[in-house]
Amino acid sequence: MGKIRVLVAKPGLDGHDRGVKVVAQALRDAGMEVIYTGLHQTIDQIINTAIQEDVDVVGLSIMSGAHLPICEKLMKRMKEKEIRDIPVVVGGVIPKRDISLLRGMGIEGIFPGGTPFDESIRWIREYVKPR
Amino acid sequence: MGVAKYIKSEKDEVQDVILQSGIHIKPLYTPKDLEEVGFDPEKDLALPGEYPYTRGIHPLGYRSREWTTRQYTGFGTPKEANERFKLMISHGQTGLNVAFDLPTQMGLDSDDPLAEGEVGRVGMAVDSLRDFEVAFQGIPLDRIGVGLTINAVASIMLAMFQATAEKFGYSKDRISATPQNDILKEMIGRGAWIFPMKPAVRLIGDTIEYSMKELPRTNPVSVCGYHIRESGCSPAQEIAYAFQIANTYIEEVLRRGYQIDDFVRGFTFNLNVFGNLWEQVAKFRAARKLWAINLKEHYGAKDKRSLLLRGMFGGGGYGMTKAQPENNIIRGAYYALAAALGGAQTTALCSFDEAYTIPTPRAALLSLRTFQILMEEIGMRDTVDPLAGSYFIETLTKQMEQKIVEEMKRIDEMGGMIKAVETGYVQREVARQAYEFEKGVQKGELVKVGVNKYTEGEEMEVELHEYRWESAEEQIERLREVKRERDNRKVVQTLRDLEKAAREEKNVMPNLLECCKAYATVGEITKVFKEVYGEFKEPSIF
Repeated sequence: MGKIRVLVAKPGLDGHDRGVKVVAQALRDAGMEVIYTGLHQTIDQIINTAIQEDVDVVGLSIMSGAHLPICEKLMKRMKEKEIRDIPVVVGGVIPKRDISLLRGMGIEGIFPGGTPFDESIRWIREYVKPR
Repeated sequence: MGVAKYIKSEKDEVQDVILQSGIHIKPLYTPKDLEEVGFDPEKDLALPGEYPYTRGIHPLGYRSREWTTRQYTGFGTPKEANERFKLMISHGQTGLNVAFDLPTQMGLDSDDPLAEGEVGRVGMAVDSLRDFEVAFQGIPLDRIGVGLTINAVASIMLAMFQATAEKFGYSKDRISATPQNDILKEMIGRGAWIFPMKPAVRLIGDTIEYSMKELPRTNPVSVCGYHIRESGCSPAQEIAYAFQIANTYIEEVLRRGYQIDDFVRGFTFNLNVFGNLWEQVAKFRAARKLWAINLKEHYGAKDKRSLLLRGMFGGGGYGMTKAQPENNIIRGAYYALAAALGGAQTTALCSFDEAYTIPTPRAALLSLRTFQILMEEIGMRDTVDPLAGSYFIETLTKQMEQKIVEEMKRIDEMGGMIKAVETGYVQREVARQAYEFEKGVQKGELVKVGVNKYTEGEEMEVELHEYRWESAEEQIERLREVKRERDNRKVVQTLRDLEKAAREEKNVMPNLLECCKAYATVGEITKVFKEVYGEFKEPSIF
């Protein structure tokens, strides 16, 4: 079985990338292949990269508070493009009360800032199957 | 997370203390340490207000006047922002620092599809002069200095600010704006860039050149070590990188044929305060000295004003925690103390809800009270640079100086800051360190109270500032109104003139002023720049 391929993405206008870069390094050290999109990605750019890079999971990092509209848009677009087998996870500044809303959109893994690496790595190893 | 690393025995004896900058702190300092580090009170210290300004840029420090407090403020529509500005001022805040929303920072109008979900979220939405007219309504712009935390489109916002002030009847010679206007730090650690490096730096040169001639009380740049430290660099690197960035902007203006003393006194700095108190204080003192030496020896500045490091010391976002948020009130007090002991001219604090959202009025006012208590009750106004002469602080200051110089040399050897950023060196270094710090916290090697130690207790409910979707709707409606009511032919003309000036590499500020006065929008103006300059491509660092 190959390495798990993770796309870590910065959607939208938010430029705070310390968290996503730290997570990228942690996932890499955990033996995963990590592709980082860089900043200011549109939803379409993220989805296209996910397909092109043949990733097993897409991770979004959102620090500005705009996680609900952004995730809604992403999940809608993935549905339109009939992408059903790539789980989406989200990290960043996520208030507790929004976690159930995100789950409701189909976001399966939610790792707000401060989540220990072990936790997110364990989750990905358990729920993401390399394609 | 800015804290030192403590090596402890099983009996909790502290065996070693390693500052983030790499300096080991001894259990005891004596006159011998000063000797060993080559401390010379004449050359290293002098008096406050005297070269090399280690002790402060003003002989009387806070005895002559308090620092300026300016909490980072802004959200929603300009009207909502105006209300909050007035609230803060009515509670004793002495300056403003305007927060803009992400679409504005990225040169997008509120009705741009890319702006969806972000209008008015992290700052005030600004589309045209009309918005500034509302935002600054009733604010005495001849008495209150206005920081504008804006970078890629700082030139536009500065022109808009001048247009607003003049419309309100203020002379441009009296107003004092400080656009942050530091694009290199964006590329390292804040991410709100638009244009490629070269034209972006040229725009900064334009604002400095223009301010020099037209806006005598304006500080055209606030060079930021702050965000680079937020991204993961050490305090010593924070100063080194800030100075190298400042030098880059200096070179841009010198290239145009000006003398150093014509303009550099308008430079200010924005530096961080979280973490180990001693390290911050020593950092600020060493920074003042090194800046003065840099200007005097390297650039040959003759005017005393050119040598002064004027600083906003504040923050520090990264020190604040999500866990046990009330602890952040305490942290804020200590960070403010670091700023005061460091001799800051201006200060601001991240509020206790920093890890959650933008501040509620209660949180923001608590930050203000922190400053007021420090200055009015605790004794920070009593005497200048109270820690001077301390065996510990003077030794540490000299050691910080060495570390900063080392880091500056590293950038020099790489060919300067532009090269260092283009190749991604600084970004990689900072990201790597951020990872090391995070590992340190997760392993418990670096202690954060409430996060990995003393975590017992119930989770606290934090009152959150709520985002109003109506603000976005109102803003878009106002934008449409402006576009209907303005002279659209004039707008087209001013934009065309701007494009011509930009292509001919003329100073674009006078044209920007005309565009703003004609109510051209931020998005329309940025579009012109994008067409002329293109867009920045982030170097890949993984």
